[in-house]
Amino acid sequence: MTDQVIISPLSAASVEGLDARYRSEKRYRRIGAGAIVASLAFLAFLIVTITFQGVGAFSKTEMRIEFSEAAQLDANGDAFLLLRKTLRTSLEGANARKARRDAYGIAGADAEDQVQAALNTRAQDTIAPFELWISTSDEVDLAVKDGLQTLSSENGELSNKTRLSKRQLNWVKTLDASDDLRTVFNFGFLTNGDSRDAERAGVGGAIMGSLFALVVCFILSFFVGVMAAVYLEEFAPKNKWTALLEVNINNLASVPSIIFGLLGLAIFLNAFGLPRSSSMVGGMVLALMTLPTIIIASRLSLQAVPPSIREAALGLGATRVQTVFHHVFPLALPGMLTGAILGMARALGETAPLLMIGMVAFIADPPSSFLDPASALPVQVFLWSDSPERAFAEKTSGAILVLIVFLLLMNATAIWLRKKFEKKW
Amino acid sequence: MNVPATITTMNDEPQEGTDLTATPNVKMTAKDVSVFYGDMQALKDVSLDIVENRVTALIGPSGCGKTTFLRCINRMNDLIPICKISGEIKLGAHDVYGAEVDVEVLRRRIGMVFQKPNPFPKSIYDNVAYGPRIHGLAKDKAELDAIVEKSLRRAGLWDEVSGRLDTLGTSLSGGQQQRLCIARAIAIEPEVILMDEPCSALDPIATAKIEELIDELKQRYTIVIVTHSMQQAARVSDYTAYFHLGELIEKGETNQIFTSPQHAKTEAYITGRIG
Repeated sequence: MTDQVIISPLSAASVEGLDARYRSEKRYRRIGAGAIVASLAFLAFLIVTITFQGVGAFSKTEMRIEFSEAAQLDANGDAFLLLRKTLRTSLEGANARKARRDAYGIAGADAEDQVQAALNTRAQDTIAPFELWISTSDEVDLAVKDGLQTLSSENGELSNKTRLSKRQLNWVKTLDASDDLRTVFNFGFLTNGDSRDAERAGVGGAIMGSLFALVVCFILSFFVGVMAAVYLEEFAPKNKWTALLEVNINNLASVPSIIFGLLGLAIFLNAFGLPRSSSMVGGMVLALMTLPTIIIASRLSLQAVPPSIREAALGLGATRVQTVFHHVFPLALPGMLTGAILGMARALGETAPLLMIGMVAFIADPPSSFLDPASALPVQVFLWSDSPERAFAEKTSGAILVLIVFLLLMNATAIWLRKKFEKKW
Repeated sequence: MNVPATITTMNDEPQEGTDLTATPNVKMTAKDVSVFYGDMQALKDVSLDIVENRVTALIGPSGCGKTTFLRCINRMNDLIPICKISGEIKLGAHDVYGAEVDVEVLRRRIGMVFQKPNPFPKSIYDNVAYGPRIHGLAKDKAELDAIVEKSLRRAGLWDEVSGRLDTLGTSLSGGQQQRLCIARAIAIEPEVILMDEPCSALDPIATAKIEELIDELKQRYTIVIVTHSMQQAARVSDYTAYFHLGELIEKGETNQIFTSPQHAKTEAYITGRIG
């Protein structure tokens, strides 16, 4: 054994500087992988925290309550009285004025509507006792989600996480012990409009508002944007005017979105007198914002069509318009659609321009047309994040989840469209 | 791949009275054609007659202007904004650059096959049928079918693709794609076919097929072909024009050009000393 190292003529060590090149290659690869890992970690952190905070918004707690014959007789068909009387009698010790108020606070704000609906479906003149699952108030809901046992210590001290009184907490525990509480999927969160009561508030109105606005935005910006791109790319002479136009379109794409909101306020609302807060105006403002993005994406995908296709069609005696619409446009369409949908996804998440045109108002009824006052998903997030009640924190994250699901759906559609229409060469 | 000894052509049509021994007519004439790309002169006073039912080869080193000249003939250079053309090119008695000329009609009468096979990313059928469709050459589907079949047969592609006309034209091999492009060009019955180095992207076997095809096609069409390969020019052409740095140095019958070139530059090029 000698301590001399034999260097193979084919190993890196035999070439001067080669191992340094290998090292730098490894270093760059590690830096790249590190960047990917870091961004994935941030994304995972965001998704996980939002999901944990927001998943509660999709479920709600209901309590079973039995309406006795006597109570129905007393209430004489009035749901409000019936509910109050039943709560008073079925919850133990709810006699004094303060205790009664505690008892009423167990039921949710929409419980009365549920009772009324149940009464309406029953035959007239029957007062047979019946059972009903009614929603609980947001504080009860939160207490159940936090875990009832964790809210009071052994010596009876209440945790500061709940605003329920000791009496209310004991009632809820009793209900829970007798299996009179259940957790159900909160359909109302997806269908209801906004409300001051957290148990009634939902993103239904915001979803409708966003959908209406996106439809308007797509119709306006896609067709105008694509035609502008086709004209600029295929027909317009290349001179200093078109160059100026191109620079300005690129500049428009980077204008802060709130400026577009101000433009919409000045033109659509003040000059044209279109209805304030309506999803149509929202869509028009978003269209202004999306237009440059779509024009740029469309021009890029037109440029990506090989010139040989144009020459082939022109060489056969096709006119410019025939060449463009028979051959170039179909090949560029997947790219245009992808660009449009990505632009729309950006528009979906946009809040600032909508604030300017009044889509930030409190809208309790989901809009049923383009002209109705409406809210939008990101605006709803913004509104709820301002609310003091703890239950709205959950709703905020829930609305963000809905928004993220929408964005994922749109991006998935973009990928699907590209795959579907992409021509194989 | 087997090379068929001859490419079968349709014999169900009468030959259009083409007698290759008769004195040929001049189909197109170019007179003093000069082309400028901005300040750069690409062609200098080129005058050339193109003879009917013959193959005229344009040869010369890269950048000599032969493709520019070819693209002037069917006005494909119109697409380049900085391109300025002077002089006169006539198809029969009509000036190609005349004020009353519609380029669409001109290009219907003067077809073109490009250097790189460029079929549309559509079916084989639609590739061939596109020209007849836009020019309204077929009254109904049956007539269109007939045109597609005839064109594919003339291009020597029918036997290979007749069973799969609905597959993508771009899925064919390079040589088949180029013959598809030729079928597409002849489907609108042009009088002149311009070929811009049609074999430069093909292997020798596909090249041989195209060359045989050119030989067949000249019975019906007047062909102008740009080629880098002097062997190809010698094999397929009847007339040859040698371009050098934008000038037409020498023109004449192919035999004469290749056996006894008059000009020293031509001789240097065809013997391989320059180019």
